Amino acid sequence: MEPTGADGVDPGAALGLDRGHTEGEGGMPERFANPGLPPHVSRSADLGEHAARRAERQVAALFGISMVATVIFLVAYFAIDLDTYRFIPGIGQANLSNIVLGVTLGLSLLCIGLGAVHWAKTLMPDIEITEARHPQRSSDDARAEAVETIMAGGDASQLARRPLIKYTLGGALGLFALPLGLQLAGSLGPLPQAALSTTFWRKGMRLVRDPELTPIKASDVTIGSVFHVMPEGIDKSHDVLEEKGKAAVLLMRLNPDDIKIAKERDWGHDGIVAYSKICTHVGCPVGLYEQQTHHLLCPCHQSTFDVTEDCKVIFGPAHRPLPQLKITVDAEGYLVADSAFREAVGPSFWERG
Amino acid sequence: MNALASRRRHPAAILLLLLLGLVATDGLYSLLAPKPAQAATATADDVNAGKMLFLANCATCHGQNAEGGKDGPSLAGVGAAAVDFQVGTGRMPLAGPGVQAAASKKIKFTDAQIASLAAYVASLSPGPAIPDDQYTKGDGNIAHGNELFKVNCAMCHNFAGSGGALTRGKYAPSLRNVTGTHIYEAMISGPQSMPVFNDANLSPTDKNDIISYLHELDKNKNPGGMNLGNLGPVSEGMFIWVFGLGLMVGAAVWLGAKAA
Repeated sequence: MEPTGADGVDPGAALGLDRGHTEGEGGMPERFANPGLPPHVSRSADLGEHAARRAERQVAALFGISMVATVIFLVAYFAIDLDTYRFIPGIGQANLSNIVLGVTLGLSLLCIGLGAVHWAKTLMPDIEITEARHPQRSSDDARAEAVETIMAGGDASQLARRPLIKYTLGGALGLFALPLGLQLAGSLGPLPQAALSTTFWRKGMRLVRDPELTPIKASDVTIGSVFHVMPEGIDKSHDVLEEKGKAAVLLMRLNPDDIKIAKERDWGHDGIVAYSKICTHVGCPVGLYEQQTHHLLCPCHQSTFDVTEDCKVIFGPAHRPLPQLKITVDAEGYLVADSAFREAVGPSFWERG
Repeated sequence: MNALASRRRHPAAILLLLLLGLVATDGLYSLLAPKPAQAATATADDVNAGKMLFLANCATCHGQNAEGGKDGPSLAGVGAAAVDFQVGTGRMPLAGPGVQAAASKKIKFTDAQIASLAAYVASLSPGPAIPDDQYTKGDGNIAHGNELFKVNCAMCHNFAGSGGALTRGKYAPSLRNVTGTHIYEAMISGPQSMPVFNDANLSPTDKNDIISYLHELDKNKNPGGMNLGNLGPVSEGMFIWVFGLGLMVGAAVWLGAKAA
């Protein structure tokens, strides 16, 4: 605290804006002096009994509010009918019992906390204390004794004299690490193989409504309609939810003249087109079809696909168009898949071609 | 009312006034007869009255014969259901140009006038009729309606029917407190951005189940109050980020501050 700055100003005092910068001498000092603790600033409650009294009353008032709130809680628990709904400003129409119980219980606990903190901050001692650190090193005698004990134990176990035990113990302990590692690697599961690239769709499968799983006649799909579609038999697949997550398809009917891409028209049937509902960005279901603009919007990240242009991405983070499912009609007039998906549906993955 | 006021000197205005008188005398009949019956048994008077209303109020955009123009689409084949939905929810006549017509509390026509307009538009070319009461009462299977709603409707209209955003300022409106008839009509007519859900996709019974589910949502009480729009994690997360974290920061500052 004693040394003064280069310009003779006490370093503890506040500096003017024009005096904050001091010219250095280009070297490090031998050692930095311990600046010590800043001087203790007393609180008003430490200085005057009047302020201390007031702090005491404040703490007591907080504890008192807590008590009142608890009593109201106890009364309200029995007094308020569970089916009473009231308009409460700022909250709206709500169950009175819920609100009163929640507010009073919260208030009683909060006021205990506030009172305790206020008590600690205003009345409990706040004098700064310095506690010096003690050396941690043991005495030389104690260190020598520890070494002696360990060496004696080693000799007594005869580990050095009987190498057979030493090496077999090492082998046993070392080998035991393998099962632990094996479980870790094994629990990562088998590789997904073709599961990421293929879906439940196969050639000849009927398109069925989700969730009823009833087949769809081409004549049922009027212009401007949208159907949420699953492959026939998906309910009997091995892992229904996983298969549904990949196979979901959106079926729309446009005026065939609105379709700008020849491949899209060929893969559909008379303006009826089927596209994977799984977004190529991160796999959300793309279901928001606007029948006037023919835009298909993904609700998660606003990727927008243009159904008239083979579901080309026209906005948002998706990078690839939605895969189209080639469809046709069977002898009875029901819509069927003419082939499985020709490319992987959903988001990109490492091995995707 | 601006659209009406600006056309008060229109030649059709006198005719319209005469018609209003006619319609008023016809009102008793209209009140007694249920709406669905009118679509099927619209009288020639209804059609004529509707035509006059159409010429006075709709023809500027939709054309003298509802053939459409640069300001409004053709109404061929939209049917009585579309008219009852668009006019009955206050979307038409359009309040002003915008990305989409918004529902309005101010319905510009009486029920009888809407019925006449619907009869006239339905007489132009066949289209979906106003649904039968038995499928719009909302007395169906609520659980099944919920299942259908989640697959077919929830991605745009939100799981609780609160509505949601579409592209470029368009939006799916809230389905809270909408009449069963209007919900049904929206499904069969596909208004604006909404796709059509015809009776082959969702049968009339299915549609009634969906209406039942939505009406059940309307009746649902909200014990906690402050539903934050029932929009899910976005509004709820925003609330707790702003108020919850704000409180936490405030508490930390108070704990760290030295007493006076």
